[in-house]
Amino acid sequence: MAGLQFTGVRKTYPNGFRAIHGVDTTVADGEFIVIVGPSGCGKSTLLRMVAGLETVTEGEIHIGDRRVNELEPADRNIAMVFQNYALYPHMSVFDNMAYGLRNRRTPKEEIESRVAEASRILQLDGMLDRRPSQLSGGQRQRVAMGRAIVREPEVFLFDEPLSNLDAKLRVQMRLEIKRLQRDLGTTSLYVTHDQVEAMTLADRLIVMNAGVAEQIGTPLDVYTEPATVFVAGFIGSPAMNFLPGTTTTDGRGVTLDGSSQTLPVAPPSSASRDKITVGIRPEHLEPTSPDAASLALSVDLVEALGADSLVHGQLAGTTQGSAVTVRVDGARRVAAGEALSLAVAPEHIHFFDADDGRRLV
Amino acid sequence: MVENRPWLTALSHIVLSLGVLITALPIWITFVASTHPVEVLMSGRTPLWPGDHFLQNYTTILGSGMEAAGGVPVGMMMWNSLVMALMIAVGKIAISIIAAYAIVYFRFPLRMTCFWIIFITLMLPVEVRILPTFAVVADLGMLNSYWGLSVPLIASATATFLFRQFFLTVPEELAEAARIDGAGPLKFFRDILLPLSRTNIAALFVILFIYGWNQYLWPLLVTTDESYYTIVMGIQRMVAVPDSEPVWHEVMATSMLAMLPPVLVVIFMQRLFVKGLIEQEK
Repeated sequence: MAGLQFTGVRKTYPNGFRAIHGVDTTVADGEFIVIVGPSGCGKSTLLRMVAGLETVTEGEIHIGDRRVNELEPADRNIAMVFQNYALYPHMSVFDNMAYGLRNRRTPKEEIESRVAEASRILQLDGMLDRRPSQLSGGQRQRVAMGRAIVREPEVFLFDEPLSNLDAKLRVQMRLEIKRLQRDLGTTSLYVTHDQVEAMTLADRLIVMNAGVAEQIGTPLDVYTEPATVFVAGFIGSPAMNFLPGTTTTDGRGVTLDGSSQTLPVAPPSSASRDKITVGIRPEHLEPTSPDAASLALSVDLVEALGADSLVHGQLAGTTQGSAVTVRVDGARRVAAGEALSLAVAPEHIHFFDADDGRRLV
Repeated sequence: MVENRPWLTALSHIVLSLGVLITALPIWITFVASTHPVEVLMSGRTPLWPGDHFLQNYTTILGSGMEAAGGVPVGMMMWNSLVMALMIAVGKIAISIIAAYAIVYFRFPLRMTCFWIIFITLMLPVEVRILPTFAVVADLGMLNSYWGLSVPLIASATATFLFRQFFLTVPEELAEAARIDGAGPLKFFRDILLPLSRTNIAALFVILFIYGWNQYLWPLLVTTDESYYTIVMGIQRMVAVPDSEPVWHEVMATSMLAMLPPVLVVIFMQRLFVKGLIEQEK
């Protein structure tokens, strides 16, 4: 068991592409960290650097108190689960799990007891003689996990392990991974682009964008206090509404661009700038009576999901208009073309700098 | 294609039967001729049904060979051919799989240059470089030896290229998983890549064995010692005997024997062979 430490970690590829622009963070022993971000943001690169499959251009990675920059993957005491499982096709399930242990010259009895234990945990008992091609997707996924477990590593690395599974199985495996990690208490790094996986699995999230860790925090922190416009837009579904605006002259409200509407909420005092971006999550906009409304919406389209409905529309009175999405109770009937009055609690309004996208506090 | 059109079925059967007839008839005549005494063949009428000299003819050529052609036993020539074909097939596979492994999995300077140089030699068959190759083999003292017969034919661009293409389809993660599992380059090659290439190796073996077995020009050049004669060149020597009439019954028997091993190889490795050519194991 060990923690993990990144110190000024950077990655520049030989062709000059800078994949990681400096990551500094410490992962506590037994913590489940999810690295989330859009494709190409460098999240897999970061994971592969921990695994030793990519070199570290600058900075240091420590596993426990060992500096691992120059160690071979096999010597880092890690285990990795790949997106396509990367099971050895010609080996039985047992051999797949045992291969790494054999290479480490683990005694035969111990290999057998470890594989037996892993297959019991993962319910692979009757399948140890089968080949990967004879298994279903979920079972292959379990074998890949088993291969990681038997090594008893200090750190588990998961590289989008669920993205090859169908939706139902994904939910099920997600729970299993969470339970397994909790029971084993092994430090884990988990890369995904799926924000539901990220929110549900993580003790802490690292939200990455273009090689930069934009925010590191618990899922709820990231949801309630996103550090940047990017994080705010990436976490949460449907995505947060962003409305560009200008602070009113008295500083007590925000005039929304292209509209005559003013949000009667004072931006943080640090907002010396006039130009700001207001962010409101769809679930925090409440339909209300026209008198109590802070915003007026003209409805374009309604998506009824059953439990709730997503109402898409534009701020009333705008020409090119800011698109706004609202999540309303599924029982409420809203029709296209209708006008909707909306209220929002002040604590649910986020203010961002319009230029660099940072949160204003 | 699913429709049942009787005239189309009939036509395709006729075409196929014609094809079989055209291929099989010469082989049948060869076989028939190899079972008659020489007088029957020399009488000017080609027999169409087997005669009664089968055992006699085959025993003669396998054991003592044809007197007019120097009396080299066909059994020995077959052994020579077998050794040569096996050395060529095994050698080609061994060298090219290692070359392809280097080209696909290792980053070294001039990697692509190496690949293209190998690839370009595809365009240079043995016949083009036969004189310099002969000079080299002669200078190395390898005339009249199994090495001389096989080594110059071992370097193979085709096999290297095929293995390279196969290795490129093996997911990269497999190599990475093996690295994490503590397998070094040689261990990865032995434990994972080699077993995965099994069907490809089998398919190549069949092709290369037949290629080696059928070598004619090269053995003719490098062997002057009878004990290294191969069967394919042996047949030619039997036909072109000076100052006597060709003993067709023995030539035909030798031909039948020469055809046998490649056919056996194909029959017994057919399953793996087809699998290796059409299917990638998932």
